[in-house]
Amino acid sequence: MKKVLIALVSALLLFCFAATAAAYEDEDWYKGREGEVINVFNWGEYISDEYSDEDGYIDVNKEFEKLTGIKVNYVTFESNEDMYAKIKNGGASYDIIIPSDYMIERMIAEGLLQKLDVTKLPNYHYIDDQYKNLYYDPDNAYSVPYNVGMVGLIYNTKMVTETPTSWNVLWDSQYIGQILMIDNPRDAFAIPQKILGQSFNTADQSDWEAAAKMLIQQKPLLQGYVMDEVFNKMETGEAAMVPYYVGDYIVMKENNEDLAFVYPKEGVNIFVDAICIPKTAKHYDAAMKYINFLMDPEVALANAWYIGYASPNTAVLEDADYAEEMGTDQYLYPDAAHMPKVEYFHNLPQETLTLMSELWNDVKAAGDIPVRVYVGFAATAAVIVIYAVTKAVQKRRREHWYDFPEQ
Amino acid sequence: MKNSPLSRRLISAPYLIWAAIFIVVPLIFVVYYSLIDANGAFTWENIKAIPDYSDIMLNSIWLGFVATIISLLISYPLAYIMARATKNVQRTMMMLVMLPMWMNLLIRTYSLMILLQDTGIINALLGALHLSNLHMINTRGAVILGMVYNYIPYMILPLYSIMSKMDYGLIEAAHDLGANKLTVLRKIILPLSMPGIASGFTMVFVPSVSTFYISKKLGGSTFALIGDLIEIQFKSANNYNLGASLSLVLMVLILISIAIMNHFTGDDDDGGVLI
Repeated sequence: MKKVLIALVSALLLFCFAATAAAYEDEDWYKGREGEVINVFNWGEYISDEYSDEDGYIDVNKEFEKLTGIKVNYVTFESNEDMYAKIKNGGASYDIIIPSDYMIERMIAEGLLQKLDVTKLPNYHYIDDQYKNLYYDPDNAYSVPYNVGMVGLIYNTKMVTETPTSWNVLWDSQYIGQILMIDNPRDAFAIPQKILGQSFNTADQSDWEAAAKMLIQQKPLLQGYVMDEVFNKMETGEAAMVPYYVGDYIVMKENNEDLAFVYPKEGVNIFVDAICIPKTAKHYDAAMKYINFLMDPEVALANAWYIGYASPNTAVLEDADYAEEMGTDQYLYPDAAHMPKVEYFHNLPQETLTLMSELWNDVKAAGDIPVRVYVGFAATAAVIVIYAVTKAVQKRRREHWYDFPEQ
Repeated sequence: MKNSPLSRRLISAPYLIWAAIFIVVPLIFVVYYSLIDANGAFTWENIKAIPDYSDIMLNSIWLGFVATIISLLISYPLAYIMARATKNVQRTMMMLVMLPMWMNLLIRTYSLMILLQDTGIINALLGALHLSNLHMINTRGAVILGMVYNYIPYMILPLYSIMSKMDYGLIEAAHDLGANKLTVLRKIILPLSMPGIASGFTMVFVPSVSTFYISKKLGGSTFALIGDLIEIQFKSANNYNLGASLSLVLMVLILISIAIMNHFTGDDDDGGVLI
């Protein structure tokens, strides 16, 4: 019995050791910033944050803290616009942010990002050349690619019998109440824009208005606009379809086998999310260590397994298990034959941004309220008036009554 | 017994400073932002844009109003029973009222969403009992339920506190003088508890009208409330000025509702109590 126990304990110890003793490259490079605290601002569900040997996960932030002695204060956001508003209006100071391409372009233009010297990052050579020098940061002066993805249509094969090939299925009235829409203006407008054959980056007012009109027409069919709660809604079979990011489909699929994915023929949005340091950051050196850590092969691999997005890190696809299971995925790493029509979002001129927000307001505000609301209002107002009048009458009578003896 | 003006001023200083920094200054900012455009120039545009959203406002007020009435109907008898119960029972009931408030509103609402979903726990139970499914989520009813569920303690507490201070001698006297139960309720209990009703009403109505999270999770955000609209201005549209002017409307609404409520209580204090 004792022997068994010892064997068990030692096996357990060995297991713990194996789980925590992952070796990182250039461990000494990370020394020297102990005791600092960095604020990391990232998308929700966008970093590996638990240990699992079976799935290949590590808790990235914990590992970073252990390695460097720098404490990570980790906060998440739901959309680029949400993150932008927080950075633009000051207040909190973040050391690391992970925006998407078009938002990086906008933030560079507005002087919100700090230049970072990628030559100082030992792991930078792992970044695939095809993700360097992209339009939003042509000199790689402000950002380091973190993930690559595309938006496609996720649908539940039990609820959608046909195989959709077009974004038009999101306007199909037979799925009334089962359609979800993505809850941020840029991604939501992108869908009707492609159906109408527009570019995502059109500056033509009538284009945007036409797209908004389609979104308003779609509204009665919708179950709702969602962001992170999409996982719950799609995994439980609560909704039949949603336009969403491919990486999240891979994660959802693990929890619900009935889900399927398609890149609609009209074209889709391709995006790169990249790591940046805002101008207001107070811990540049510690932040650089964090960026380098995210590019470490071990860390990038754990993240690639966990997040399910395509990684711009060449070391990830060199891992045999990953290459076999995920590298062959036609949605995640499509070959030329499976590659859909893609277009990047670019930063829009200020007038177009304003127009988009106004139209998005209209979309959100659209919809008639039931007549009974008006009736209810009228009835309540009538009750209040009648009450006030009777009270006033009573009061006067009462006063009259009390006044009487004095007269 | 009488405080000198100086000591009185000193005692109230912490709160006055607090109120100035966290209440008055933000209010000034709201007004200021609602009157400028993105470049900081004076404009009436934000105020002029308000009527475009009148349907949303009506909708928000109505949902908030219905939720408040339902809370009142549920809370009123409960508060009365609590106030008349023995001390021990009172403590336990108070605990039960407060218990849900120890959990965060966001978590409570999210759980409610999972309960009400078509594939949620309630429908799974109904399915197991071979009953037909109930569609509850993403309806106006679900939003009202969320408001009532989250804010009902704010109705119960003021009602309970006013009712536990009520002079029950009056009720007994009314009975002695031949009043039946309904008359006692109408002529004694209701007027005496009016201040509690008024403060409970505002405390439930105000957060219900301005909520955005509840409508977003339980209403599926296919119909927006005024809170949702304000949230969009600050989070995605980045239009602080319109957001501020909509907030201003919300504040005016709240002031009006408080004024109406005060009118109700004020009226009864004049003499309705004794007749």
